[in-house]
Amino acid sequence: MTENLEALRDALPRLGEGVSITLQLTLGGALVAFLVSVVFGLLSISPAAPLRWLSTIVVEFFRGTSLVVQLFWLYYVMPLFGVSMDAVLTGVIALGLNYGAYGAEVVRGSINAVDKGQWEGATALNMSRVTRMRRIIWPQAWVLMLSGYNNLLVMLIKGTAVALFIGLQDLGYQIDELRIDTTTIFAYSIGLLLYYLIALVFSFGLRVLEKRARRRLGLPAGSAHASAGAAL
Amino acid sequence: MPPVIRFEGVQKKFGDHTVLSGLNFDVAPGERVTLIGPSGSGKTTILRLVMTLEELTDGYIWIDGKPLTHDRRDGKRIRLREKQVAATRKQIGMVFQHFNLFPNMSVIDNVTEAQVHVLGRGKEEARDRGLALLDQVGLKDRAEEHPSRLSGGQKQRVAIARALAMDPKILLLDEVTSALDPELVGDVLAVLRDVADTTDISMLIVTHEMQFARDVSHKVMMFDGGQIVEQGAPTDILANPTHERTRKFLDSIL
Amino acid sequence: MPAITFDQFWSWQAAADLLPELLTAFVKVTLLVTVVGTIVAVVLGLSLALITQVTPSVIARPVRWVMDVIRMTPLIVQLVFASFLVPVDWNLLWVGTVVIGVHYSTYMAESFIAGIGSVDRGQWEASRALSLPQARTWRAIVLPQAMRATLPSLGNWTISMFKDTPYLFAISVLEMVTVAQQAGNNTFRYNEAFTIAGLIFLVASLVTALAVRRLEKALVY
Repeated sequence: MTENLEALRDALPRLGEGVSITLQLTLGGALVAFLVSVVFGLLSISPAAPLRWLSTIVVEFFRGTSLVVQLFWLYYVMPLFGVSMDAVLTGVIALGLNYGAYGAEVVRGSINAVDKGQWEGATALNMSRVTRMRRIIWPQAWVLMLSGYNNLLVMLIKGTAVALFIGLQDLGYQIDELRIDTTTIFAYSIGLLLYYLIALVFSFGLRVLEKRARRRLGLPAGSAHASAGAAL
Repeated sequence: MPPVIRFEGVQKKFGDHTVLSGLNFDVAPGERVTLIGPSGSGKTTILRLVMTLEELTDGYIWIDGKPLTHDRRDGKRIRLREKQVAATRKQIGMVFQHFNLFPNMSVIDNVTEAQVHVLGRGKEEARDRGLALLDQVGLKDRAEEHPSRLSGGQKQRVAIARALAMDPKILLLDEVTSALDPELVGDVLAVLRDVADTTDISMLIVTHEMQFARDVSHKVMMFDGGQIVEQGAPTDILANPTHERTRKFLDSIL
Repeated sequence: MPAITFDQFWSWQAAADLLPELLTAFVKVTLLVTVVGTIVAVVLGLSLALITQVTPSVIARPVRWVMDVIRMTPLIVQLVFASFLVPVDWNLLWVGTVVIGVHYSTYMAESFIAGIGSVDRGQWEASRALSLPQARTWRAIVLPQAMRATLPSLGNWTISMFKDTPYLFAISVLEMVTVAQQAGNNTFRYNEAFTIAGLIFLVASLVTALAVRRLEKALVY
């Protein structure tokens, strides 16, 4: 055990670098995914049918073709078009597109879950479409979205481990390096716990956001997904 | 003959909130008792205690002179084992406000399920008995259907048949018409009147249907704040209440 | 961007050469892993759900925690971990399949727990009022209803699992994407290889998604 711990101490700087790569992928991927999800989520409820179709096609395409395939496509095929990206950026874009497509469904579902009376109330006040969405519907849908985003964010963090496939030295890679000097069980227990902690921290952060959003709407603190719309 | 139900110093708390305290009353064999009173007065809790859906915090409930969930031995209050409780509970049936039919089973399967798996009746026997009861509640031709295809009133009649199939000594009716559209209430009450007329099952009834209470019950007990305010023959209590609270309550529901 | 012609980008000949190889890998590995993995995940997931529901919290809590850790950490890392733990002569295809099954069992367990929780309290009360034994109540009343509520989400987890099968690449199991990558290495036709692999995934997940939607409709009471 002492040997394990000594090896762990020596490996700390490298583990730190690995965590840093994993966090870059997580934050970058989450940012891209958020933008993608909002854009395509809103397009999916657009009154213009072609926009809805576009959204459906894009979302189904990125949900349906598997993250690894998308990653390899970006990594191996894009250079043929003369687009060479740094590996981290490639990972960020692949993660962002894949989880953004799932996120678009979260956005669509949450907006649809807002009580119909809210839409009618806003319309009865002669609000424009944009005002209605921005001032009335979105803040209520946002509360619902956050719990969906929470699940997706944890999945995205787990997804960052695909970095292995394009030669990035992320946390997963550094655990494998650590294993050379320690027992397998030790190295991987440390590694999985680190991933678990990262996921917990991000998940906690989103729950805090969700709580604040609920407070702003005057809702009870607990997460009552379905009742949020009706309670207002 | 011992009373079929005896409440002795029954207390029920939900957390810090006391719903019933030191409650005593008896139900004689074959007697039909209606509990009335404002919501939150503990009527439904009494039924749920008898059905052992809730656990009493103190006191005793005796069924036919035998302990239901707690016995007194050498002055000590002892929780009975689940097996013993189950044996007593088999004699008790309940019909719920929201029917609680099993949506994954046909109407007839709802009525036979417990006959087969609790009473150990053969499938044929259970089916015959079930069909006879469905006939009695006027739904024999709907036996093979799915409960979701029935109206609320029909569902409740199936629930009554399901409870009767167990040949209970005691039947608990918990606001059985409260969830129904007004025009469906009559059919359900007619079925229950029929049961009251043709059997000697003891009943504890919680209802807001005062005409029904007057017609079928031998005794009415008025509850408020977990206490019996007054009790007596339905004609007395419902027509000439002596207590101000009973009068107010009756005024408020008419 | 240097202009490339369509012919430079895409060769039908290369695509036609690759297709049989990729389809074979798809059927022999991807589908196999998905089917066996799903069976493992459903059986284990239901058992875990029941354990957390019926055992006292001294057992249920640690079980729940281990489930959380498995669910919230990367499948890829778990696959590599397991591949080092097992004896060297074990077939990594089967090891990987079991790991994928175990990973998804934690998701399915959550779905089962939610499904059990969604069964109306009145169903438990009616069962008790009829004196049905506990085991019979679970088997005949609660689980059939929970199943209905859970099946669509199990279907979605299966689709998800299916799209995660390329992770087996991490432990050198020759599944479709690995085959595509090797083909790319040999012929430099990465684009055809990955495009076809992506399309196969797309078609298969769309078909499965449609089936799940059908199932969802069929399950409404």
